[in-house]
Amino acid sequence: MKRMVVSWAILGAAALLVAFAHINVHPETPGIERVFRVEAGDFAYSPAVLTVNPGDKVTIELVSTDVVHGLYVDGYDVSVTADPGQPATLSFTANRSGTFRLRCSVTCGALHPFMIGKLQVGSSLLFWRGIGLAFLALAGILFFRQPSLATEN
Amino acid sequence: MNILRILLIKTILKNRWPQFVIMIIALAGFLLAILSGLFGTPVGSRNFGVVFVWIAWWAILMLVTVPFLGRGWCSICPIPAPGEWLQRGAMLGPRKQGEGLRRRWPNRFRNIWLQNGTFLLVALFSTVILTQPRVTAIVLAAFLFVAVGASLVFERRAFCRYLCPVGGFIGLYSQLAPIEVRVIDTTVCAAHTEKTCYTGSAEGYGCPWDVFPPGMVKNTYCGACMECLRTCPHDNIAINIRSFGADLSVERNRKLDEAYKAFIMLGATAIYSAVLLGPWGALKLAAYSVGTLHWLAYVASFLTLICLALPGTFWLTVWSGKRLSGSELPTKKLFIGQSYALVPLGLSAWVAFSLSFVFANFSYVLAALSDPFGWGWNLLGTAALHWTPWLTGLTPFLQVGVLVGGFIWAAAASRKIAAEKAGSAQAVKLSAPVIVFCLAFTLTLMGLLVA
Repeated sequence: MKRMVVSWAILGAAALLVAFAHINVHPETPGIERVFRVEAGDFAYSPAVLTVNPGDKVTIELVSTDVVHGLYVDGYDVSVTADPGQPATLSFTANRSGTFRLRCSVTCGALHPFMIGKLQVGSSLLFWRGIGLAFLALAGILFFRQPSLATEN
Repeated sequence: MNILRILLIKTILKNRWPQFVIMIIALAGFLLAILSGLFGTPVGSRNFGVVFVWIAWWAILMLVTVPFLGRGWCSICPIPAPGEWLQRGAMLGPRKQGEGLRRRWPNRFRNIWLQNGTFLLVALFSTVILTQPRVTAIVLAAFLFVAVGASLVFERRAFCRYLCPVGGFIGLYSQLAPIEVRVIDTTVCAAHTEKTCYTGSAEGYGCPWDVFPPGMVKNTYCGACMECLRTCPHDNIAINIRSFGADLSVERNRKLDEAYKAFIMLGATAIYSAVLLGPWGALKLAAYSVGTLHWLAYVASFLTLICLALPGTFWLTVWSGKRLSGSELPTKKLFIGQSYALVPLGLSAWVAFSLSFVFANFSYVLAALSDPFGWGWNLLGTAALHWTPWLTGLTPFLQVGVLVGGFIWAAAASRKIAAEKAGSAQAVKLSAPVIVFCLAFTLTLMGLLVA
């Protein structure tokens, strides 16, 4: 019983560490200017995934190729709208790491709610934390949880 | 804990009026969704039909009622109501003979294979249904007509029990809900020769879902309609608050059709996460362009993955667990049993998937309520509200939590199911490959939704 409690305590502590520990995977480096020309059309962005480093100054030139489109960046709460033939520019500093969805912010047609792209700022720490938590759970289930299950029922 | 011990709850649930009033409101909303789809703006995000059904209703269904109330939605669902009123010849209590042929549902279809089929049919067209108001309206109207037809030809709620594509997965996931309708003491039922809970009485109808309450051990087919509560003369019906997922431990009535429902739901959420929420425009257009070669390729991939690849991989997984553990049980029995571990995995996947678009698009609900047809009305003063994504910074954290929680739940269920017919050590080996399968699915979905 005591061993079980200790095992669970260790597992719980590890889970808390994986979930909340401050991990600085990107050493402080001066950001650089990154300019993307993003074409919006047919309910998709091209390129669909923008990859930058934390601290970079990001400039997105949104070019609509069919109807009016917008581009909203989850987590950063910034957006831009472009009419066809009239590119518009959005600039911001990528000061938050992770993966953020780009969403069309102007109703552009049937598939509008699903017009989605991605902004990748450094590594997706949340995803890695998720993987870590899942493997910890696996370890807990495979190695720690060994009660006599047949008698439980 | 039996919540019917609280007199107020018992009175409200036994009385037909509260349920009837909520159903009428739901029916009004349902008809408005059809009308706005047919006659309103063709812009989905501005049309009540699309916004209310696929954002508001879906959010309530997948984030609240299914996880916490099981078939709670079915108890007030408006779709079977008109047919049931015709069948009964009454809108409230049993008064007179109704209409219809009252045939028994054919024995060969007394399972959820048809529901699996209807869900797949809707799923293949879902990108169009979700985004085009007129198609949404046609599908909703078709549900209504089929439900009325089924009520006029067959006895009880044949549509809900055997045809409704939504009811199939609600039933599957209702096994996880922390609430159940059950008989208190089966010996009381054994002595009650009339069996009014099934045959009906002056107080109410025999079970509309064709379930015999004294034999009910799982939530799957209980529509929570409360008729048994009304017809039991011995006050022998309870609504118990219980632990989440209690039905997964019930060995009885595990079936291949339900197992397949688990695969269909699991596969569909992965495909939707890639197609609808991924950054790949070509996939979206393929799913949307019904009738084209691209769409046919999408359909072929969809069906292959869901009907063959996923169950096939799971079969191999279970088979390797059997080999590893030396279990003597037939692989088919193990396959069906272990597939119930996918029920919590599937529900968590749907919750995580739904979180992605429900909050991001919820502001459309306020605008659509104020101007349901997109005709320039402003009933609530919110018609001009701009799209405002909610909680998009928080959503990925919630999704990771839900997915990891679902994995833990599925793994524990797999272990527990394995232990039903095996010793502890053998159960560990038997379930280990299934747990790895669940982990692989969880990480795949996490990659699609969060990475």
